[in-house]
Amino acid sequence: MTSHDDERFGGFGTAAGIGLALGAAALGAFLSTRSQPRRDHDGDSAPGFTQRRSFGKYDVTGRTVTIRKPKSELYAFWRNFQNLPQVMENLESVRPSQTEGRSIWTIKAPGGRTVEVETEIAREVEGELIAWRSVEGSEIDTEGRVTFEDAPGERGTRVGLIIAYRPPAGEVGRLLAKAFLREPAVQARHDLKRLKMLMETGEIATSARRKDQTRAAQQNQQENA
Amino acid sequence: MRALTWHGTKDVRVETVDDPEIVNPRDAIIKITSTAICGSDLHLYDGVIPGLQPGDILGHENMGEVVEVGPKSTLKKGQRVVVPFTISCGGCFHCQIEQYSACENSNPAEKQDASTALYGQPMAGLFGYSHLTGGYSGGQAEYLRVPFSDVGPIVIPDHLEDDKVLFLSDILPTGWMAAENADIQPDDTVAVWGCGPVGLFAVQSALAMGAAKVIAIDHYPHRLELARKLGAKVINFRETHVLDALMEMSGGIGVDAVIDAVGMEAHGFAFDNMLEVVKQKVGIGADRAHALREALLAVRFGGKVSIPGVYGGLTDKFPTGALMEKGIQLRTGQTHVQKYTKTLLEKIEDGTLDTTFLISHRLPLEQAAEGYKNFKEQQDTWTKVVLKPGMEATA
Repeated sequence: MTSHDDERFGGFGTAAGIGLALGAAALGAFLSTRSQPRRDHDGDSAPGFTQRRSFGKYDVTGRTVTIRKPKSELYAFWRNFQNLPQVMENLESVRPSQTEGRSIWTIKAPGGRTVEVETEIAREVEGELIAWRSVEGSEIDTEGRVTFEDAPGERGTRVGLIIAYRPPAGEVGRLLAKAFLREPAVQARHDLKRLKMLMETGEIATSARRKDQTRAAQQNQQENA
Repeated sequence: MRALTWHGTKDVRVETVDDPEIVNPRDAIIKITSTAICGSDLHLYDGVIPGLQPGDILGHENMGEVVEVGPKSTLKKGQRVVVPFTISCGGCFHCQIEQYSACENSNPAEKQDASTALYGQPMAGLFGYSHLTGGYSGGQAEYLRVPFSDVGPIVIPDHLEDDKVLFLSDILPTGWMAAENADIQPDDTVAVWGCGPVGLFAVQSALAMGAAKVIAIDHYPHRLELARKLGAKVINFRETHVLDALMEMSGGIGVDAVIDAVGMEAHGFAFDNMLEVVKQKVGIGADRAHALREALLAVRFGGKVSIPGVYGGLTDKFPTGALMEKGIQLRTGQTHVQKYTKTLLEKIEDGTLDTTFLISHRLPLEQAAEGYKNFKEQQDTWTKVVLKPGMEATA
C-alpha cells in the first residue's frame, strides 16, 4: 500500500461497514491493511449496501439491474467511460486525463457550474468487474465499482453498481449535494435504468411529444438560461 | 393539432397543442382516425387517479394512419394501424416472455419511482394516462407519437373498417385475457361480474372458448340485454340473490370459473382509497370488494378466479379463508395486448368476433368533452363512445 492510499483513507477508520458494502474488490488494498478486524456481514446473503447501518463519513449506495445482453458487451460499453454520459444524467462528459490510465469526469452542478473529478482504475477483471476511484486532489472523494455476472438462463447479465463517496465541505460540497449527491441512490437507480434501456432497446424512453421537450433538452435549456 | 386535454376534475377541453414529432429512432407518428373513451378515462375525468398534469392529452384506445416513421420503425407511411394501450419495448425479459404489460423499458427512468413504491417494481408506460405510467400523450387528438412502433402497432387490412378493429387496442384483448385467465374448459359454467365493455367481451370470449354456460351479472338493463344477445344468461343483482342463483344455476356445486370485471376499467389503477372511489364512481351498486368476495364464495372448490378489474391499492376484509381452503387458481393483471392482437384480428376477420355492437355513439373530436359527460352520466345507454377526428362537427 502506498502512502497515497494511507492518506486517502486516513479519516475512514470508523467505517467498518463500508468495506462490507464495497467488498474486497474495490477496497481490497485498504481492507487488507486495516488494523481493525473486519466484521463480516454474516447475518444473511444480501448485498452489504442493503444493510440497515451507516458507513461513517462515506455514503454508500448500490443497485443491481438485469440486462438482456451478454456481459462482454455491457463490460465493453462501461469500460469506455466516455459512453457513460449517455446514461448518467449528471455526468456531462468523461475525457482522458494527461496521466495515462486516468479520466476526468465532469459533473454538472447548479447554475451551469461543473465539478471535475479525476479518476483512476482501481481494479479491473476483463468482462467481470471495473472499479475506479478519485485521485488525490479531486473535488470529490469517491469510488465506484460495477460488476457483471451472468443471470440465470436467458436473462442476460446482472449489473451491480456500488458507489461510495464522501460529501465534500464548503461551497462546492453544498452545490454537489444539491445537484448530485443528496440522492445518489435515486440517481444510481435512474442511471442504471437508462443503461438498461439503451442496451436493450437502442434508445432511452421518453414520454416527450417533441424533441425539445425531453428531459435532457429541458435540462440543457435551464443550464443555458 | 387539436387534442382533448385534461385540466382537472370533470374539466376536459379540446384545445390546440403542439403536434408530436419523431423523438426516438423507433417512433412513428400516426394520424388518428378513431379513438375511444375508455371506462378508465372516467377515473381521470373524475380526478381520482393521481399523477395527471393540466394539459395532458388523454386517450389510449387508438388507431390511425402512419404519417411519419423514425429510422428504426418497421412501419410504412400510409399503413393503417391499431395501437395497443400498453407501450412495450419487445426486448426486455418480460416482453420476451410475452408479458408485455410488464415491460421494463417503456416507463421513463425518472417516472418509475412512484409505482415502484406502490407495487415493489415499476409499471410499464401507458398512453394517455398518469405520469406514474410515463405521462405519455394519448390519442384523443389528431396525431399521436407511438414509441417502439416496431413492436406495438398491428397493421390492419384495408377492407376492415375502423369500428371493427379499434377495440384491439385494449378492451377486446382485455376481455379475452380475462377469459383465458379463467382457464375455460368445455363443460365450464362461468360467471362474469360487470357488463361494461370488458365484462361483455369476457362473456363473448368465454363463449368463443367453448364454455357450456356463461352468466353475466350487472344491474343496468341495457347492458344485461347486450350480454343476453351475446348468448349469456343474466342476473340482475338488484332483483336476485346472486350467490343463491349461482349455486342453483351451477347445479349446486358452485361455478367453475369467475371473472371479476366490475373494475371494467381494467388498465387503470388507483391507490389506498380506490375502494371508496369505486363505490362512488363505478355505480354498479355493489362495492368492488363485495363483488370479489362474492366471486370467491361463488367459485367451486378447485375453481378458477380471473380478475381483469382494477384493484390499485389495498382492501380489507379479504376472504383469505376461502382463498386458501378452496384450492382455487387466481390470475390477474394488466393486459399483454401485443400477445393477442394477431389472433384476435384473425377472429375478427373470420367473423368469430364482432365487437361493433358495443359502440353506442360516434362523435367528432371537437365534441369529446360532451362524450365524456354523457359516458359518465348515462352509463346504461352510452356504452361506448368513439371519437373521430375526421368527422364533421354537428350542431
